[in-house]
Amino acid sequence: MTAIVAAVRAPIVANRRLIAAVTFVAFGLIDILIFGLFSHKGDATFAFSLFGAKVTVPSLHVPARPVTYALGIASVLIGVARATVTESKLLKRLSIAAVLLFFVLAMLLWSDTGSWADGIPINVITLMQGTLAASIPLILGALAGCMGERSGVINIAIEGQLLLGAFTAAVVASAVGVLWLGLLSGSLAGGLIGAMLALFAIRFLVDQIILGVVINLLISGLTGYLYDRLLVPDANTYNNASTFSTVKIPVLGDIPVIGPIFFDSTIFLYITYAAIILVQVGLFSTRWGLRVRAVGEHPSAADTVGINVLGIRYRNLILGGMLAGIGGAYLTIGSVGTFSKDMSSGLGYIALAAMIFGRWTPLGATLAALLFGFTTALGSFLGSITVPISPFILGMAPYVATIIAVAGLVGRVRAPAADGKPYLRE
Amino acid sequence: MSDDPGGVPAGSGQDQGGTENPRPGDGPASPASPADPAGSAGAGGDAAASGPAGSADDQGDASAERGLGRFRGLDRAILDAIIHGSPTVVTILAVISALVLGALIIAFSDTAVLHAWASFFSAPGAAISAAWQSIASAYSALFEGAIFNPHTVAAAFHGGSVGAIFYPLSETASEATPLVLTGLSVALAFRAGLFNIGAASQWIGGAIVVTYLGFAVSLPPVIHVIVCLAGGFAGGAVMGWLVGDLKARTGAHEVIVTIMLNYIMYDLLSYVLDTPKALQLPHQANLISPNIAADAQLPHVGGPPPQVGVGFLVALAAAAGMWWLLERSTTGFEFRTVGANPSAARTAGMSVQKTWILAMLLAGGLAGLSGAVTIQGSFYSLNFQSYGTYGIDGITVALLGRARPAGVVLAALLFGALNAGGPVMEAATSVPIDIAEVIEGLIVLFVAAPPLIRAVFRLREARGSGMEAIAKGWNG
Amino acid sequence: MELELRGITKRFGSLVANDHIDLAVAPGEIRGLLGENGAGKTTLMNVLYGLVQPDEGEILVDGKQVTIHSPKDAINAKIGMVHQHFMLVPVFTVAENVALGVEQQRKLKIGSLPGIPTGLLDRGRARRQVIELSERYGLQVNPDVRIEDLPVGVQQRVEIIKALLRQASVLILDEPTAVLTPGETEDLFRVMRELREGGRSIVFISHKLKEVQTIADKITVIRRGKVVGERPPSTSDAELAALMVGRPVELKVSKEPAKPADVVLEVTDLTVAGAAGLAAAGQDSRNSVDGVSFQVRAGEILGIAGVQGNGQTELCEALMGLLPSGGQVRLDGKDISRATPHDRLRSGISYIPEDRREDGLVSDFSVADNLVLDLYDRKPFASGIAMDLPAIRANARTLTTEFDVRTSSIDATVGTLSGGNQQKVILAREVGRRVRLLLASQPTRGLDVGSIEFVHRRIIEERDQGVAVIIVSSELDEIYALADRIAVMYEGQITGFRPPSVPVTELGLLMAGVRNGAAADPAGSDGNPDDGPPGGGSAGRTEPT
Repeated sequence: MTAIVAAVRAPIVANRRLIAAVTFVAFGLIDILIFGLFSHKGDATFAFSLFGAKVTVPSLHVPARPVTYALGIASVLIGVARATVTESKLLKRLSIAAVLLFFVLAMLLWSDTGSWADGIPINVITLMQGTLAASIPLILGALAGCMGERSGVINIAIEGQLLLGAFTAAVVASAVGVLWLGLLSGSLAGGLIGAMLALFAIRFLVDQIILGVVINLLISGLTGYLYDRLLVPDANTYNNASTFSTVKIPVLGDIPVIGPIFFDSTIFLYITYAAIILVQVGLFSTRWGLRVRAVGEHPSAADTVGINVLGIRYRNLILGGMLAGIGGAYLTIGSVGTFSKDMSSGLGYIALAAMIFGRWTPLGATLAALLFGFTTALGSFLGSITVPISPFILGMAPYVATIIAVAGLVGRVRAPAADGKPYLRE
Repeated sequence: MSDDPGGVPAGSGQDQGGTENPRPGDGPASPASPADPAGSAGAGGDAAASGPAGSADDQGDASAERGLGRFRGLDRAILDAIIHGSPTVVTILAVISALVLGALIIAFSDTAVLHAWASFFSAPGAAISAAWQSIASAYSALFEGAIFNPHTVAAAFHGGSVGAIFYPLSETASEATPLVLTGLSVALAFRAGLFNIGAASQWIGGAIVVTYLGFAVSLPPVIHVIVCLAGGFAGGAVMGWLVGDLKARTGAHEVIVTIMLNYIMYDLLSYVLDTPKALQLPHQANLISPNIAADAQLPHVGGPPPQVGVGFLVALAAAAGMWWLLERSTTGFEFRTVGANPSAARTAGMSVQKTWILAMLLAGGLAGLSGAVTIQGSFYSLNFQSYGTYGIDGITVALLGRARPAGVVLAALLFGALNAGGPVMEAATSVPIDIAEVIEGLIVLFVAAPPLIRAVFRLREARGSGMEAIAKGWNG
Repeated sequence: MELELRGITKRFGSLVANDHIDLAVAPGEIRGLLGENGAGKTTLMNVLYGLVQPDEGEILVDGKQVTIHSPKDAINAKIGMVHQHFMLVPVFTVAENVALGVEQQRKLKIGSLPGIPTGLLDRGRARRQVIELSERYGLQVNPDVRIEDLPVGVQQRVEIIKALLRQASVLILDEPTAVLTPGETEDLFRVMRELREGGRSIVFISHKLKEVQTIADKITVIRRGKVVGERPPSTSDAELAALMVGRPVELKVSKEPAKPADVVLEVTDLTVAGAAGLAAAGQDSRNSVDGVSFQVRAGEILGIAGVQGNGQTELCEALMGLLPSGGQVRLDGKDISRATPHDRLRSGISYIPEDRREDGLVSDFSVADNLVLDLYDRKPFASGIAMDLPAIRANARTLTTEFDVRTSSIDATVGTLSGGNQQKVILAREVGRRVRLLLASQPTRGLDVGSIEFVHRRIIEERDQGVAVIIVSSELDEIYALADRIAVMYEGQITGFRPPSVPVTELGLLMAGVRNGAAADPAGSDGNPDDGPPGGGSAGRTEPT
């Protein structure tokens, strides 16, 4: 099987340089020919302060058309360089990032100078806050995925973990009236699905992809059923939670631009920071992480040095599920307060995509989740200034990006070697 | 599962040479994987093998009763199947378990029942009867909506419509129609070793083409129907081909690609239904397409109403065609070989890549056809209500049907019954229709975990009954 | 440390893998455990290492009974094991692999307190330990290299370091020489003797008589799960072989001298790009097959020897069109370099792949289906795209009889057959039709002696019927038994061609990449058809003496 994939991949490797270059040039041409040519005269405005902020940072006025042309030309040049010069790994990644950034900037410039925008500035802080807000469930879900898959169990049930976490948090927080209990129970609900996943995958050897899909269906049905049966008739008791208020971190929260984006949010954002660091450092610098990775790569090697393979898998799936459960709780008691049917609406699958996009590393997954979160925030910004691009088309971006990633056009992605394979002692 | 009766006696027939597989874990993992060389070759052989094995055991006392030997052998086979938990038995037990769990969920989410149970120790009888009441009313309404309502017979005697007796069954068949096709789509890919989670996207691909051909093109009556069906197949096939081609060329895992395509196509569907120049019904704010022309709609046949939709016949024909393709054609042999062991297939000179592409293309086509029969046969308009959940339900149908065409048809009928009975139940007892989804999920979860069912029902360890053999992970 | 096993019994269903086995190993002893494939050696050692739980019997260390339920217990009992398939994580460094399971944590020192464990890995310490042990036993292992970048011989030394770091007093080596050149085997024996001097006991598991005779202090022979005898190393080959197999064994396969005819296969400058796994990462520039040229004539057997992993697998796959390759392959004068695997099979090549379960069979398919696996779309098995089931079944009945495949029915799944019978299914399929070239890779790996004899006999029959045969094997015994001409592969290149009369030491040097001068080796250039067909002819005619 490996041989097949390798044989299939070989031509892609040879062509990747060309494909990447052509893609870069294409992006550059879109910048020039669409966003440049069709842009209206005038300046786009980037604002860096929230309304009524104490310390204000002056807004930036950018002449749209010339800058868009410049960005497009730069992208084309990067594409040409990619085709002709052998670049280091870091440079390759930077060039991808630059072309994407230029594309987004060109689109923003074009959209903000349009007649529809009516002089509304692009508020960078709102955009970034929106990005983080949209990213929290994605990051936590992707970390849950990392925890499971690094130990060798595929977790497609992130969607179900988010959904049940959201449901449980809303119901408990409403019924008991204590938000913290809502958070805790949401987390436990995610952990419960993690345990279920582990039991069926490890004990009963059910195919892990099938299992994840079925669990998601089951949770969707169960929460939908309970929503109609209990939450709708008795919304005041069961579906009327308040939400966590924002906590501003002293000193850090007062830094202009950075402060309001990163350090003035609900507890969920801070939990997310902690989770990213813990999982990243944990996996790559601790004894626990070494063992987890060994179990995910070569379980019999781990077994023969006395490591409890199945124990690690159980533990990781449950802990990961608890993280995803927190991400789910965020959807209700972290933002809107009430549960609605199927409210995770595919976020779990995007989280899965982010994990793969981030090559099974917590930091990579976080960056990918932020990228996906950004497209959401961008979509709602563009919607707010009624840009003539359908939000549905913009909404496809993360999914298209993920297909491009798994097709190997942005470098090869490799899952842990034993990912998805049940472990049986010979 | 009529095409695979051989699965039943497998436990008794194939025990002899098993020295290579001493691990207990190997037992359930190998023989009855989705790529089992079933067909009647396997089936006949298994039955033949079990005959002698069964009677050999009886030889001591039954040598004179030659004539009865066959029956005794058959008895033994059935008994063995039950004791060892053959696939069929496990499936039946899984359905029962899921219904029982569903019943518990229905009872204990009923506030009246919960109140009764609050005073369980003072009035246990009342508590239990309240729970029973709740379950019985829900399930009987479900049954009446899906299969048979005794009141209609009484009504028929008093001058009511005889056709009304068959109305629930016709509803079930109608609900099952798109499920059969998406189920076949997932099942076909499954047999070629691919997990097609993208039936939803392929359904949309087909449905968009059908809807466009249906209202924007005018053609003679019968031809219009056929062109639309073909267009639906083609629309889905393109989506499937994309997945197969990406996998063949770049190794992109089909599960990830199909999940992503589902969302892309969902957005595309929203887009075309939101854009008046595309498929949106003019002067409408809702996401809904115009109705397709009357001559593009699928007729109903079979006497006075209620009738069977031609779509259901199309679905049955597709199932029969798929059976022939898989079990009797060289293409199907390639599919099954690639599905069971791609390395061996490659070594034997088959093109794994071409097989992947062809299998996904056909699977996509079947899902697209599901879109076609849904639009042409019942809704006549494309919108999110007609989109429904056929794509994702196709996965559960295929799993429950063990990726066998006949199994898929039976599974689709079961789920179709749940879907047809659901609204009746909801109207009669205010038990939300979502319970059907819960029951479906539970059934498939249990079917996928035969060891669990065996443990619960204390069946002995058997060989070969699960879908677990395809566990293979992202890397291949 | 003294280790004793008493009455160990392990059953898998109806199969008794170990039947009341008694074994006592004294401190400072190297014990050879000899038995053919499937005799139960590995099961016994897995019992000892806690990977398999015995049904009966007890294990004693220094006279005291110990219970070993997991490898952890075994490690605590100071038992170490080097598995046949290495238990190393390929993407980890040597130091990480060695540390795994006994990781040291970095401690936070505050003043004179004993230090608080931080949970962070102390990688520096792991490195130092590897360097220290490596130097003490002359193992030459660099702690910072990733396992997947190391040759197998070095990986084995990493396994030994792992065991030593865990202070193993008893070291079990399971078929350790299977992946080594004769020279590396000598090195291993040197290390083993050094460990014995240090008072450690070693259990050396092998099915190779000579190696056991060379290194062991005492030899225990196992057959069908039972201990059938203990012998001193001075015991004769014939006696040990008879004990091992249960009947007198013909150590040599009898065969007539080859009568080579026309050239069937001509390979020129065949090249396959670097290791499959690394190629995509773009970091590997070494070719796994590097400019290989040779010819095979009708009626001769070319044996390709070499340590596993030197490009033999890739060579076979390239010859079958399964891997993209450069260079030219001609069959009966026709260029098939660009032909698909399907077309190569049709043009008369038969292929017995190295990994039969993975590449040769579909274990969930019936015997009948497996017997037409690469002929399913040809007459009489298919017309158009419709398959002819009666023809397939008739074929299966004929072939199972002819090749003596022991199966309950032709509809039984092939996975339920024993290894020997599975190989017979492949053999029946591949030679049951008219072929020009038979390419057999490791055709007898893992088989019992009876099956090996059967397979060897059939291969020689094919040769005698005028088929050109290539045998790839890492077992030198097999190469000597079958080959009319021997080619040796090292790092993707053929380091020399020799007649079967060549001494082992010379093959060993070739297997280690020492070409010992082209002048002393006329056959070396013979094999290269570019250098002149007459030379190639003479190599082909070289007869065993």
